Amino acid sequence: MAKREYSFYPGCSSQKGASSSNLMTSVQTMCEELDIQLNEIPDWNCCAASIGYAGGGELPRLTLSARNIALAEKHHAGQDLVATCAACWLSTREAAERLEEDAKLMTEANQALDEADLKLENKTPIKHMVEVLIEDIGYEEMGGKVKKPLEGIKIAGYVGCQTNRPFGIVGESFENPVYLDKLVDTLGAESIPAYEKKVQCCGGALAFSEPEKSQEMVKGIIEAAYDHGADMIATPCPVCQMNVEVYQDQINATYATKFAMPVVYYSTLMAVAYGRNARDAALDGQIIPAKKLDELAAK
Amino acid sequence: MTANQAMIENYRNSFLKEVEANVEEGEWVKMCMQCGVCSGSCPLGKFWDHPPQEIFMMIRAGKRDQVLGSDSMWMCTSCYNCIVRCPRELPITHIMHGLAHYAKRLGLVPANQPTAKFAQKFWDNLMAKGRVNELKLGLSLYFMNGFGEGVKVAMKNQKLGMNMMKAKRMNPMEIMGGHAVQDLSGFQKAIKKAAELEDARIAQPGG
Ligand code: SF4
Ligand code: SF4
Ligand code: SF4
Ligand code: SF4
Repeated sequence: MAKREYSFYPGCSSQKGASSSNLMTSVQTMCEELDIQLNEIPDWNCCAASIGYAGGGELPRLTLSARNIALAEKHHAGQDLVATCAACWLSTREAAERLEEDAKLMTEANQALDEADLKLENKTPIKHMVEVLIEDIGYEEMGGKVKKPLEGIKIAGYVGCQTNRPFGIVGESFENPVYLDKLVDTLGAESIPAYEKKVQCCGGALAFSEPEKSQEMVKGIIEAAYDHGADMIATPCPVCQMNVEVYQDQINATYATKFAMPVVYYSTLMAVAYGRNARDAALDGQIIPAKKLDELAAK
Repeated sequence: MTANQAMIENYRNSFLKEVEANVEEGEWVKMCMQCGVCSGSCPLGKFWDHPPQEIFMMIRAGKRDQVLGSDSMWMCTSCYNCIVRCPRELPITHIMHGLAHYAKRLGLVPANQPTAKFAQKFWDNLMAKGRVNELKLGLSLYFMNGFGEGVKVAMKNQKLGMNMMKAKRMNPMEIMGGHAVQDLSGFQKAIKKAAELEDARIAQPGG
């Protein structure tokens, strides 16, 4: 099987020393095992996520994403653009679609990009890493690489909002997507298809500005995982991972709960199942250790 | 004349027309059939004074001050529940963002709206370097309500910060510089140009 190559948009939160650098590590490991080569977009910029709107108007925000796509088209002609962060994927794909539909905005975006000697063709498919896994690779190939099945580990698949809406994964429902459960099963772990909080919002960026309101929602997400007897939660979204993992102390203090629920990335699960060590799987990036994965990775 | 007064002059008869011309995806507002599905979809719905359906009704009723001065659209978590459920396929999330931005453009945001402040800091942080510096963003966030409050919040988050540092997910060296795009001047010129083009379009009556 020839190596698959993609133009890659890592996003700010995955940079070295940033909050989701552990996603980056585990994604790299997963890609090595699946023979995927990620070519980082040279000099990419932040996309402003779903929170740039106060400071930036529509066209400045579209121009942020347009610059990234233009750079990908310039340096990685013919490659699909892939993002691992749900928010990065969403803003980039949304920008591509808006500019496709609105000729006036497209002209203006190119006028703006001209200031940086760039030009947007806007012909590049924008994909989430999960789409690459499911549509380009497939469950069979992913399952075929498993060396250490994740036996006896019960995992609540938390998809969150933005990996799921408004675009989602082709063929999946918005209210009850099943791809993450299927992936969990493919790796030999036990999924929880009835986990009712799988697409519940965690508050997103409002976790910073409205912490009490967001933490109340996160509490429900964790509680439901416990109710189903989950050993851990797995998610594809870096904002979800961060919001659901790191505030558990504060939630415990507010609600007198005793939460210590590990929250891991799908890519960490895959790295362990593919026989890689704890460091390659980014298990050292856990604030709440995922003990069952640690044990398996050490075997 | 302030930007706000200028817009009131331009669109004296119709707030709906003003929204259609100047708010992102505003031309969709008239398509709303008031079914209420969106209003039941917001995760923070109990904190919205006016849920999306009501906002769309108020726009048509010309309740300009109540809409643009509202706290509600700042409660949008960008969860996209509404968009996938709306029978008329209104881009509700984007209209909420658009209204929030328009309110900020005209200086009508309620005082001390925490998400408005955070979102502005995020943008400023991004404009300075082309990439977001999480540590600086975090520090300015702690202190956004003044020093006393900042210390309280920082204390509460100190353990969190230590945990993140231990897991190498927060880098204290970031404060010295951190990540940036290389073609910063090209980046900044492009975004500035985009802002100018947008300002010019909005300044034109009838947009
Ligand atoms: S979504 Fe977040 S991390 Fe990704 S580029 Fe945008 S702001 Fe940076
Ligand atoms: S679940 Fe939370 S972090 Fe994930 S996309 Fe939704 S709001 Fe964003
Ligand atoms: S769901 Fe759509 S049509 Fe129904 S009230 Fe909301 S915006 Fe209007
Ligand atoms: S995207 Fe915003 S407006 Fe739509 S349901 Fe979520 S919070 Fe409500």
